[in-house]
Amino acid sequence: MATISIFDVLGPNMIGPSSSHTAGACSIALLARKMLGEPARSVEFTLYGSFAGTWKGHGTDRALLGGIMGFSTDDSRIPRAYELAREQNLDWHFSCNETETEVHPNTVDIRLTGITGQVITLRGESIGGGKVRISRINGIEVDFSGEYHTLIVVHKDCIGMAAHITSCLSQGEVNIAFMKLFREARGNKAYSIVEFDGVLPDHVRQKIQEKEHVEQVMLIRI
Amino acid sequence: MDFKNGAELLSLCEKNRCSISQIMKERECHLTDTNQEILDEKMNQVLRIMKQAATEPIEHPQPSMGGLIGGEAMLVDRHRREGKSLCGSLLSKAIAYSMAVLERSSSMGLIVAAPTAGSSGVVPGVLLAIQEEHGFSCQDLLPALYNASAIGYLAMRNASVAGAVAGCQAEVGVASAMAASAAVELMGGTPVQCLSAASTSLMNLLGLVCDPVGGLVEYPCQNRNAIGAAGALTAAEIALSGVRQMIPFDEMLAAMYSVGRRISPDLRETARGGCAVTPAGCRAAGGCQDTDRRIM
Repeated sequence: MATISIFDVLGPNMIGPSSSHTAGACSIALLARKMLGEPARSVEFTLYGSFAGTWKGHGTDRALLGGIMGFSTDDSRIPRAYELAREQNLDWHFSCNETETEVHPNTVDIRLTGITGQVITLRGESIGGGKVRISRINGIEVDFSGEYHTLIVVHKDCIGMAAHITSCLSQGEVNIAFMKLFREARGNKAYSIVEFDGVLPDHVRQKIQEKEHVEQVMLIRI
Repeated sequence: MDFKNGAELLSLCEKNRCSISQIMKERECHLTDTNQEILDEKMNQVLRIMKQAATEPIEHPQPSMGGLIGGEAMLVDRHRREGKSLCGSLLSKAIAYSMAVLERSSSMGLIVAAPTAGSSGVVPGVLLAIQEEHGFSCQDLLPALYNASAIGYLAMRNASVAGAVAGCQAEVGVASAMAASAAVELMGGTPVQCLSAASTSLMNLLGLVCDPVGGLVEYPCQNRNAIGAAGALTAAEIALSGVRQMIPFDEMLAAMYSVGRRISPDLRETARGGCAVTPAGCRAAGGCQDTDRRIM
């Protein structure tokens, strides 16, 4: 269980009105932007459950769009997100899915395209008090919170990958808080997700990336 | 120096002869590898945001996103300024400030969730009113905020602060307990009195349902923040007077959670019961519900 900090209780500092529908939405989109690793050119959001029902009165749309532009939950530019997205030539599209009900009540799917054309899709759930969970990346079920620095390694599901990642991290003196592995199917694509304390030196990231069968390394700095 | 419940917190206070706020600061430094200076800096920022959120809507009222509220804090403030307050200055200010924060939040202004956005008015409403009426400095308020966070932490850890999980009693109820305990420490009460006031606050809002009109954090949320603040001041007054409570905080928190889990889902933030389904509530929500379903 993650430690509950003073500022989890008196916080987040946020643009209202709802910690789950506004701040949580912003946090999910900001995580998407960080995983993309470059400015976004276009974004498509699909809202489910309570997000789909009450987005308008909660500013969920502006919070999501703001997060994609790199705004944190307390950024006073969130109310002006549409205007600022237009200025940045960011294309957006929102839709509501009210037929699929087997999802967390506050769920959003994001399909994000970067300025170089790279695409990422993810599913985020806003689980209360501004806390969030990323539950899917590019169609694969995953689970992480974004509360820690997070390293996401996309690789082939084969022997020795976890050992490679942990040995690189330990040589770089990076302390692992949580580590989880997810895969499509045996031998297919897999995601290793490491939540860690402190700083990840660039050369460590590079070393992880260099190994055969590693497809991509994403880093979320909080 | 961690603690898992109110009893452990009190024994730490007794053993170290210190306040709840000091224990909470120690805990934070220990668990998150930080120091007191950084903590105070972050807490000062929390206080600055709270202050602005509690006062700005009085000067510049804003309609909420859903159009259900706006301008209420200004009216309460004006009523007091005209010398007509029924409740007196302290309570009137606590009401106005707590309502102001909700107005600010619902018009996409900057607030501090305390512990949630829907209950964010209670703690600042109570503490800022006491600060003004009793002449405390901003520095004096910091321990009160640490104290409040200790109560909120216990509620998050051992119960819930989500309306969708345990009703408004878990949001405004917990916020009221946080504010009551903080007020007691600010006014020089003991740690036992702090938890006693927190217990009273939870008790007095036990069973309060979460039934927002149109599913929006506006109405009756804004009124409920005012009652959370008033309840906190009442509980603090009782505790500071030396009245002892039969039910300790930990037991009251467990009772709150147990009641919350038994509240029908219709009355837990789904807008399917209570205020949300009154004819007036439905009419008010009608305006926003229709366009809500539209694809942007």
